[in-house]
Amino acid sequence: MSGNSYLPRKLHSLLGVIPLGLFFIEHALTNYSAFEGGQQGFVDAVHGIHKLPLVFFIELFIIWLPILFHGVYGLYIAYQSNLNTGRFSYGRNWAFALQRISGVITLIFVFWHVWNTRVQVALGNTTYEQLGSHMHEIVNQPVYFAIYFIAVIAAVFHFSNGLWSFLVSWGITVGPRAQRVSSNICIGIFVIVSVLFLLSLFAFRGAEFAPSAAAAAISTATFG
Amino acid sequence: MAETATKQRTVKFIITRRERPESAPYTEEFEVPYRPNMNVISALMEIQRNPVKADGGKTAPVCWESNCLEEVCGACSMVINGKPRQACSALVDKLEQPIRLEPMSTFPVVRDLVINRERMFQALKKVKAWIPIDGTYDLGPGPRMAETKRQWAYELSKCMTCGVCLEACPNVNERNSFIGPAAISQVRLFNAHPTGEMNEHERLEALMDDGGIEGCGNSQNCVRSCPKGIPLTTSIAAINKDTTKHMFKKWLTM
Ligand code: SF4
Ligand code: FES
Repeated sequence: MSGNSYLPRKLHSLLGVIPLGLFFIEHALTNYSAFEGGQQGFVDAVHGIHKLPLVFFIELFIIWLPILFHGVYGLYIAYQSNLNTGRFSYGRNWAFALQRISGVITLIFVFWHVWNTRVQVALGNTTYEQLGSHMHEIVNQPVYFAIYFIAVIAAVFHFSNGLWSFLVSWGITVGPRAQRVSSNICIGIFVIVSVLFLLSLFAFRGAEFAPSAAAAAISTATFG
Repeated sequence: MAETATKQRTVKFIITRRERPESAPYTEEFEVPYRPNMNVISALMEIQRNPVKADGGKTAPVCWESNCLEEVCGACSMVINGKPRQACSALVDKLEQPIRLEPMSTFPVVRDLVINRERMFQALKKVKAWIPIDGTYDLGPGPRMAETKRQWAYELSKCMTCGVCLEACPNVNERNSFIGPAAISQVRLFNAHPTGEMNEHERLEALMDDGGIEGCGNSQNCVRSCPKGIPLTTSIAAINKDTTKHMFKKWLTM
């Protein structure tokens, strides 16, 4: 390979946390509003975001471009590794392997998920108000629910473990004790964010998000 | 009575062999007479004296490399029962049998268990793992080193360029130009030295080049495998910190 790979690799690590990690947390919280506030809470949360000024540019520079770079360069990083957990079955080596596997799963899932949601809104096939019932229809199909379940766990793992690696790669956690403490914190983050996402997945399955019930909620939201 | 006494205990070896660098590997089995306290090297010496396979067929003696026989030169590194380590310190009594010997195939295999560790020495040259003191006149004694620093730096100086950490690393392979953990730790060693510190930026910049420290993916197999117990992952993180600082310093002063 020619050229310097130090900067792109550093950028890859940074983008995973800022902005992608921050967006990921924001996404978890928005979804969680579906569990906490039901249909109305979710619609309000989605509206809150889409009222942001210059939302198109925020999406472009905070989400789409970083994901594209992080994803494509990440595939290259995964390609450059020889997974050897068979010979060295240490915890960190497993995390190394899973980081690459979960990254590929997440990338494929994100394309599919964005196609199903954001792109459908852009195409006019659904609206932000109907997103909740749209999700209800998706996650009530067992196969899609399983895909969402696995992909969400993979994405949360990729984020939490990536955060741990980021701290090492930027020279923030240097010694073994610091790396152990950050590892425990990242495990905590993994558990909390997973629960947030999974609760919202289950919430979307509820009857409240069924298209008819949702339509009623929207009409009260609009005319009430 | 003589019958039972001559039924000698043997140790079984399965060895991955190869005649030439480009030829295909194959395995051969050997039954070596057991002697108390024998190690893998003494078993290989026995095979050299009597190159007969377990099935009784004659074969060419198995080739390997060794020097110090006390785990300080690194020449005898090979994969023993799946793990890279030194053959001279691998005691047969402590190994599960049959004992499987393979070359560390992350490196070019020369023949049988002999590998070429050239890339490690190239890496040391690339990062300038030395302290330049040559000149036309006597420079006098260098600055003193703090004792606390000397203690941890001494641990890093134990590296014998054995290659075990590169063999264990999932990112040292033919698709990746990663320099490997050993050279990164040596940069930390020479940058810690009060005189070596004067050329700190040259070593950091060598690691910020293609194939440098960015190749580390934090699997941390190296630190678990190093026979000298060198804190490789601490060295890597410390150099991550130094290269990051160096990057910002360059941006802001350019
Ligand atoms: S750091 Fe340890 S494993 Fe790596 S070459 Fe040096 S002595 Fe061998
Ligand atoms: S012969 Fe020197 S380390 Fe084994």
